[in-house]
Amino acid sequence: MTRVITSAKNVIVDTGCANLSSVKFAVERLGFEVTITDDVTLIQQAEKVIFPGVGSAKHAMKNIKAKNLVAVLQGLTQPVLGFCLGMQLMTESSTEGKSDDNTSSSVPCLSLIPTNVEPLKAQGNRLPHMGWNTLTQVSNHPVFKGISVGDYFYFVHSFAAPVSEYTIASCEYGSTFSAAIAKDNFIGCQFHPERSSALGSKIIQNFLELDSTELNQELVNL
Amino acid sequence: MLARRIIPCLDVRDGKVVKGVQFRNHEIIGDIVPLAKQYAEAGADELVFYDITASSDGRVVDKSWVSRIAEVIDIPFCVAGGIKSEDDAKEILMMGADKISINSPALRDPDLITRLADVFGQQCIVVGIDSFYNKDTHEYQVYQFTGDEKRTQQTGWNTFDWIEKVVSLGAGEIVLNCMNQDGVRQGYDIEQLKQARAKCSVPLIASGGAGAIEHFRDVYQQADVDGALAASVFHKGIIPINALKNYLKEQNIEVRPC
Repeated sequence: MTRVITSAKNVIVDTGCANLSSVKFAVERLGFEVTITDDVTLIQQAEKVIFPGVGSAKHAMKNIKAKNLVAVLQGLTQPVLGFCLGMQLMTESSTEGKSDDNTSSSVPCLSLIPTNVEPLKAQGNRLPHMGWNTLTQVSNHPVFKGISVGDYFYFVHSFAAPVSEYTIASCEYGSTFSAAIAKDNFIGCQFHPERSSALGSKIIQNFLELDSTELNQELVNL
Repeated sequence: MLARRIIPCLDVRDGKVVKGVQFRNHEIIGDIVPLAKQYAEAGADELVFYDITASSDGRVVDKSWVSRIAEVIDIPFCVAGGIKSEDDAKEILMMGADKISINSPALRDPDLITRLADVFGQQCIVVGIDSFYNKDTHEYQVYQFTGDEKRTQQTGWNTFDWIEKVVSLGAGEIVLNCMNQDGVRQGYDIEQLKQARAKCSVPLIASGGAGAIEHFRDVYQQADVDGALAASVFHKGIIPINALKNYLKEQNIEVRPC
């Protein structure tokens, strides 16, 4: 049976990437309803937007452009949580995949958080950075409530955002990089909360239960 | 610090988890979904589901169980067995698998590794290698179609040459199954894994031979592998995952607590 959905409280943006169902299942295991969609109205009217992604920045940005979602995503004012590539697409640019015409050394992204994604400086450690690693710094951002330094999360990536004023959690693999970044209503995690066991679920739950005024309050305090 | 991974492997045949000795005499261990959930809750870092019949029967895995697993577990998992094309891979990843592993199809069509890595990203393309030590020639040789004893055959590849080849083609991780050790619980093939490690610039997972808790210590300390895969010691309850992780932690090996 198919039904036309006219509104949804929580949405997962359908970026045409492959891991959407694991994100959906993670949300549903917590008892929340969620809709996977690329419908502009549904995304704009949602209370919470999850922005997942795997693959390369180049392919994902191409999909987002093809679906006419660039301006839609940039105009969102409700809390938005990006996972992995979803986080990377929130930045200004990524050097992963380069640009289509090879005239530029980076792929322009959504410019929601002013930082840039670069190759992970692994200093001889094996790449991709794949597996469970600990957070080395955690700020008091409401989405990280209950999460501490030393907690393990599941990472799979070779590119990362450097530590900046937008870093809300960091991790170390050869060098220190942003495990999570945030600005205003946009929050992104480099790791995969949907594959990070109980602590990953805690982050998703914090996000879905987040009162957006709490987010604003937190930002005033920062 | 990046933790060493403990990876239970569930061999799947007709929707049931099975285990044989040196790829033979498969006995049924149990249903996939409750076992997957049990392992995730027990502290496994990742799971591998391997359809042992798929490649050798010339058919793709019956995939409905992939999404049933994705529904219940909150750790990463990899699906192996009969993935021969971009479409096969896409279907399994869409159902919620985090990685796909290819073995015999990569030997037949090595460029498949590159095509899959280009479309889905290097991080989700695992290459499984079944390697047999020939005591007469003193060589490590790659075998294919190991899911079916009648069709199992040696390839022309030396194991370490094949590792270098698949890494250069875009493999994101290697699972090296040492066939001489498989199912006999006498320890991982440290010598072979050390040589493989030297040739492998991406994560390397040891497979075949785990029988005692010390075998895991040895393979991490001596062969520097990123993860260790095992089946029967977990399925039969010989090594509880929490006891294993506590032991490894005492040995100063970085593990994620259960």
